[in-house]
Amino acid sequence: MTNPVFERIQKDIDENEVVLFMKGTPQFPQCGFSSAVAQILDYFQVPYKGVDVLQDPSLREGIKEFSQWPTIPQLYVKGEFIGGCDIVREMAESGELTQLFDEKGIQYAA
Amino acid sequence: MKVADTIRRKLTEALSPVALHIVDDSDKHRGHAGYREGGESHFTVTIVSTAFEGDNRVARQRKVYTILAEELAGPVHALSVFALTPAEARSQEKRQQ
Repeated sequence: MTNPVFERIQKDIDENEVVLFMKGTPQFPQCGFSSAVAQILDYFQVPYKGVDVLQDPSLREGIKEFSQWPTIPQLYVKGEFIGGCDIVREMAESGELTQLFDEKGIQYAA
Repeated sequence: MKVADTIRRKLTEALSPVALHIVDDSDKHRGHAGYREGGESHFTVTIVSTAFEGDNRVARQRKVYTILAEELAGPVHALSVFALTPAEARSQEKRQQ
């Protein structure tokens, strides 16, 4: 656990309730999977921090190791790893995502 | 060996699925950074196995990712995973009827 990039990731997920590690930015996603999760968060009007992993190769690799998850995007809510695109999409469809927001005390538009 | 065949073999050996469906979506990503001519870069895997019982979504997908780590580090640019238990697959089928 000596990867210096871990500290930066930890800081981001500590200081922001909802963080999406993604390719591109919320306004200009560079990948369809990142775009899909950004759209889901936008749909529920959940404020979040988008972290563009394409800006930093060490972050792009580091986040995979940090989460033990080999793909991007990755969603964190209140410091907890929720999943990638498939999981977030399924949770949005089943209602589990808003349930999670309720449990974590995250404001969203119903 | 085709990438899809390798995926099928590894998942079958590790998880003894009762159903396994692998789709090569590569063509849908034509022009995108991860696309390669000839495809075999983007896959969707639907897998039904008792091995997922008691696991949450993250744990299930991690199982699949771990089994396919080599492929993900190599030719596979994107892998969508739908991992169900046999009971969940049955109730999903019912809802769709």
